[in-house]
Amino acid sequence: MSELLHLFRKDLLIEWRSRSHGFALACFALTLLLLFSFAIGPDTKTMSLHAGAYLWMSLLLSSTLLLARSFQVEVEDGAIETLILAPASATRMFYAKALANAVQLAILAAVAVPAVYALYGVQLHGEVGGGHRLGQLVSVVALGAAGLAAPGTLYAALTARLHARQLLLPLLLFPLVVPCLLAAVKATTLIVRPSLSEAEFTSWLALLACFDVLYWSVCGILFGRVIEQ
Amino acid sequence: MKSAYLLLVLGLALIVVGHGMGLFVAPSEAAMGETGRILYVHVPTAWTAMVVFTIAFVAALGGLWTGRMGWDALIEASAEVGVVFTALLLVQGAVWAKPTWGVYWTWDPRLTTSAILLVLFGVVLLLRHVIEVPERRLTLSAVATIVAFADVPIVYFSVRWWNSLHQAQSTPQTVSKLMWQPLVISIFGTMFLGLALVIARWRIAREHYEREDAAPDLPDLPDQIELSDEPASGGQEVRG
Repeated sequence: MSELLHLFRKDLLIEWRSRSHGFALACFALTLLLLFSFAIGPDTKTMSLHAGAYLWMSLLLSSTLLLARSFQVEVEDGAIETLILAPASATRMFYAKALANAVQLAILAAVAVPAVYALYGVQLHGEVGGGHRLGQLVSVVALGAAGLAAPGTLYAALTARLHARQLLLPLLLFPLVVPCLLAAVKATTLIVRPSLSEAEFTSWLALLACFDVLYWSVCGILFGRVIEQ
Repeated sequence: MKSAYLLLVLGLALIVVGHGMGLFVAPSEAAMGETGRILYVHVPTAWTAMVVFTIAFVAALGGLWTGRMGWDALIEASAEVGVVFTALLLVQGAVWAKPTWGVYWTWDPRLTTSAILLVLFGVVLLLRHVIEVPERRLTLSAVATIVAFADVPIVYFSVRWWNSLHQAQSTPQTVSKLMWQPLVISIFGTMFLGLALVIARWRIAREHYEREDAAPDLPDLPDQIELSDEPASGGQEVRG
């Protein structure tokens, strides 16, 4: 467990020490949110209806840059070879890296949500379906970020040393995370609406949780074989 | 290779019988009329695509477990044939959807799942093309195949919750015997055809790997090549 925490700390420390990259990534996510509004025009009602989709599309597109970088820093100067030689299993290495990526994605969402609130005029305060809107949004963001991070981390490792990695990572990741994206968009849209169908919301959250359990297990098992290559 | 030819002949014969019965013996479908006869092509294509992708998944597990290059060739063969059948499935679906639903494409769970399946396995083939080292290609494409295959049921359920328009799955209880028989014959025919293509493509992939393996290695280059205007000492000796 302490190995996992050390690796997790190391990954977050790298990002903390190169904060300019994180700042640029946040700017990228916010620019996307601004640009999406041009797709459907200035109708505030329509924009607030699609706000959940814009939030997750912005996070998905930003995640490819974030995930690719998480292994780029390891491959540069052969740091990955030293990491493989370290007395920590590949599975722990995966969970530390995926957890660090999920935390960063959640932070990115924390930056993007106020922008969604301001730009698209969605409701984020008050209670809906027996819970506070923000609390429910936190649970969706946590599960959604975890869903993007697990297969994303595996594919980032898989493509890190390939020539066409910038193209292959999104190509591999985007169709795979369709269920996660769909569930996260649906759940977010339900939260920001005036009334919430609790059964529908719970079923989308359950789907997100199933996706997370499946890919956090499968990717953890397969990561060792990928990193050996 | 004999088995491939045998399956090909058997498959084509069954397809001719199944499609013939479907076109001339079976009654037309109650709701869709003559358009419904695409069932004898469409359903077998869907089954074959799923069986072939399952072979790719098994080959990926075998490849990761044993590291043998034969499995790698089978991943390539089955993923490629699966992609072709899924593409055919989508085209047939579009041809059938236009007169039935009035549009070529709709966001129905099975249509959407098939499209995502096509992209998922299409990218596996793309990944294989950019990796030159055979052992690396085996491991990485096997991992991508397993991850993609695991996604299929969850994609299907998510899209089903999202929107549903497709017909419920047919069973012998819901379909007349005159329609059921040609359908089963067509399914076996198309499946044999698909398996014949996988075996033939597997052989080509294995031969390709053997040629790759037998090719002589390039001579080692010196660690550092010095670029200098001065003539090499060997050259001076020749001139002298």
